[in-house]
Amino acid sequence: MITLSSYLILSAILFAISVAGIFLNRKNVVVLLMCIELMLLAANTNFIAFSHYLNDSAGQVFVFFILTVAAAEAAIGLAILVVLFRNRRTIDVDELNELKG
Amino acid sequence: MTAEIITMGSLNIVTAMPEIFLLIMACLVLLVDLYLPAEKRQLTYLLAQLSLIITLVLMLMNPVTHTTLAFNEFYIHDPLSQVLKSFILIISFGVFVYSRDYLAQRNIFKGEFYVLGLFAIAGMMLMVSANNMLMLYLGLELLSLCLYALVAYNRDNAKASEAAMKYFILGAIASGMLLYGMSIIYGLTGSLKFTDIATAVATGTNSAQHIGLVFGLVFIVVAIGFKLGAVPFHMWIPDVYHGAPTVVTVFIGSAPKLAGFAMFMRLLVEGLGGLQADWQQMVIVLSVLSMAVGNIVAIAQANLKRMLAYSTISHIGFLLLGIIATTPDGYAAAMFYTISYALMALGGFGMIILMARKGFEAENIADFAGLNQRSPWFAFIMSILMLSMAGVPPTLGFWAKVAVISAVIDVNMVWLAILAVIFSIVGVFYYIRIIKVMYFDEATENTPIECGRDMQLTLSTNGLAILALGLYPAALMALCVSVFK
Repeated sequence: MITLSSYLILSAILFAISVAGIFLNRKNVVVLLMCIELMLLAANTNFIAFSHYLNDSAGQVFVFFILTVAAAEAAIGLAILVVLFRNRRTIDVDELNELKG
Repeated sequence: MTAEIITMGSLNIVTAMPEIFLLIMACLVLLVDLYLPAEKRQLTYLLAQLSLIITLVLMLMNPVTHTTLAFNEFYIHDPLSQVLKSFILIISFGVFVYSRDYLAQRNIFKGEFYVLGLFAIAGMMLMVSANNMLMLYLGLELLSLCLYALVAYNRDNAKASEAAMKYFILGAIASGMLLYGMSIIYGLTGSLKFTDIATAVATGTNSAQHIGLVFGLVFIVVAIGFKLGAVPFHMWIPDVYHGAPTVVTVFIGSAPKLAGFAMFMRLLVEGLGGLQADWQQMVIVLSVLSMAVGNIVAIAQANLKRMLAYSTISHIGFLLLGIIATTPDGYAAAMFYTISYALMALGGFGMIILMARKGFEAENIADFAGLNQRSPWFAFIMSILMLSMAGVPPTLGFWAKVAVISAVIDVNMVWLAILAVIFSIVGVFYYIRIIKVMYFDEATENTPIECGRDMQLTLSTNGLAILALGLYPAALMALCVSVFK
């Protein structure tokens, strides 16, 4: 029997990896998008684990909505990425520095 | 959870009629626009404006003598939502009026702007009426996804696409944080519904549970800080305001602040009111840092959009003061501040749109030089707006600042009030500088200001409303107080 805390630790690790990925990655915007997806999956893991142990289906319903929204979000993120690449010919995070001050 | 039978009674669809109507109209506008030739595109605009007006009428017809729940208690209609949604619709109407000439001059007058705008407004309305964490999240995402797309709306502009990317990344991180926090709150309270969460928090939490709740709370406060743009989560605001087309900046800078305020009230006050002592500490830090960084960094800006972005950050700091007081009067003051700020931001960015023309964005402070010689009337309107943002009587901004500062004095946080006054004095400098530039600097060009009659009329009304509400603030204040009675 896997305990609730195992799931929570797993999701905390996933969350920490995604945050570390966002802050350490200075090269590629696509990696940022992947990290964001990972962050949402960490929250999903939490919701499903709690939902199972609380015997309450609301958490699992929430996860369906998160998955749907995450798909829409990825679509918009990639669309913006394409626009960005067409205009700037780069998707390097360090070179996104035209706006500052 | 036992299976609940969904009956028409518990659905209570009529209560949510304004949102349903707006969403249908948004789809209709999308379809109609597909079949319209470019020269009849005005119809899309008119249809969008008409749907906003009808939505407003539908909403005002809903009685608010008592709280009504709909969709199995997912949706709430109460005085808070009624007032905030009315102002969201009025302000969005203004944004659409300002957008028409600007978009037409740049050959980007397309239906997408209004469709995305309508969906974003629907998202804000759902956020304001959320009675459940799921609903709040969906409303927030509907708003955010539309705004990301709107920032990148002018797709050949390199600055706009960079701004959109930054906004998207930071906004998505904030959503991730919010979800992670929500999942922890859900796990510890066993419910997604705000009222049930409040009961679970109030009745018996042992210290281990309390630590868990505070852990979740931190993520939620961070997410709200991101969405409102409070320091240290403000990094996106200046870049997005600067890079986005000005008509999108005016949209992001005005109505979504009202939705952000509602998000704060629903999640932290209604849902997690039992953890008030914990979030109050965090919000104090956000508030003081926002007032300090916003007002001080704004002084160094030469770009007006960037300056107003930092001014937004400082205003968010002031708005949070009212919430910090955690009294009904404090919430009313914060709401008054949010509404005033949304009106001022609408006018302030509206002035930049007014001055801009094809191939010239008028976004530098120097572009306003000698405005008094070119158009004394609009120099006057701009002065009202700047004085109001600075908080000089007799404008609306003055009463808003008085309300939040007296709210914190009432709960014996005098040091916070003193800090607020000091930072608002620092802020006066950069607002007055605009007025100085308009009245005392020589005009660098003398082309007359060209824009439609509707835009001029709306902008004048916008400016005069701020003056009029400043002279007679009692009605708006009474409205805000009645919400939290």
